[in-house]
Amino acid sequence: MKITLNGDPFELEAPLTVADLLARLAIDARRVAVEHNLTILKRPAFAETIVSDGDTVEIVNFVGGGDDLFLILDS
Amino acid sequence: MTDTPFTIAGRTFTSRLIVGTGKYSSHAVMAQAHEASGADMVTVAVRRVNISDRSRESLLDYIDTSRIFILPNTAGCYTADEAVRTARLGREAGLSNWVKLEVIGDERTLFPDNEALIEATRTLVREGFVVLPYTNDDPIACRKLEDAGAAAVMPLGAPIGSGLGIQNVNNIRIIREFARVPLIVDAGVGTASDAALAMELGADGVLMNTAIAGAEEPVRMAEAMKHAIIAGRLAYLAGRIPRKAYATASSPAEGMVGR
Repeated sequence: MKITLNGDPFELEAPLTVADLLARLAIDARRVAVEHNLTILKRPAFAETIVSDGDTVEIVNFVGGGDDLFLILDS
Repeated sequence: MTDTPFTIAGRTFTSRLIVGTGKYSSHAVMAQAHEASGADMVTVAVRRVNISDRSRESLLDYIDTSRIFILPNTAGCYTADEAVRTARLGREAGLSNWVKLEVIGDERTLFPDNEALIEATRTLVREGFVVLPYTNDDPIACRKLEDAGAAAVMPLGAPIGSGLGIQNVNNIRIIREFARVPLIVDAGVGTASDAALAMELGADGVLMNTAIAGAEEPVRMAEAMKHAIIAGRLAYLAGRIPRKAYATASSPAEGMVGR
């Protein structure tokens, strides 16, 4: 199955929870925010929200910055 | 004048200097500059995690969050919707409901789109955010932001990263006079005297990034800025002498030998 992850296509064999997806990507769940199909998830929802075929997921964190032009989130 | 604590939305900061985390040659240099600056609040941007390159260090590994308060910003947002979305993500990534709100109107100048900024401020205040909006040196825009519930107002001194210092000294002074919330000059500071001037005009704090990160020796410049903020604040509290067109002698006229 295919999802859009941070703006790019991403392959997965089967649906899984957001928590499992983060673990698979070796991303510390405590340091990120996740948007699933344009809904921003609260952290407790990571273990309950299922990512399925065709979903759009955005995973963001804090980076150095303030005043440069960076890529912005696509709608 | 007696000094009062630097308090925003009920939270007191020991330093009136707020610094950014961008444009440093490395996270390690950034951490040293933060230390030298004495700042206890830093701004960070909210961006996608780099999925393919997981070897990148995490910014938060270089910031002691037990001593330093993290202020997420909405840098790079050009609409109220983008800024609100980014602010909400910042809140979930994190550590607080504070946001440095930026809604940019133009790519070259990075001047704020005040109309969208005021709208985004209203929305985020309603959702319980502590909003610190980056705006321009327009006293009316600052007043509207206050009325919209902003916890502070942050007029620019000059365009972001320009190093031009305070371009409209009189406007900053007027904003100081009108403001009923803390006033933080944000953007355009180039060197220590610019920061000192902002404080002499009565700003409660100064926010800067490029002035330090882009200096030849960022750690040394961070230290300079720390002193500049302190000096400017003391000078403001001390009550300066008026400006005069002509001289007023400092030494007595009587008792001159030979007169």
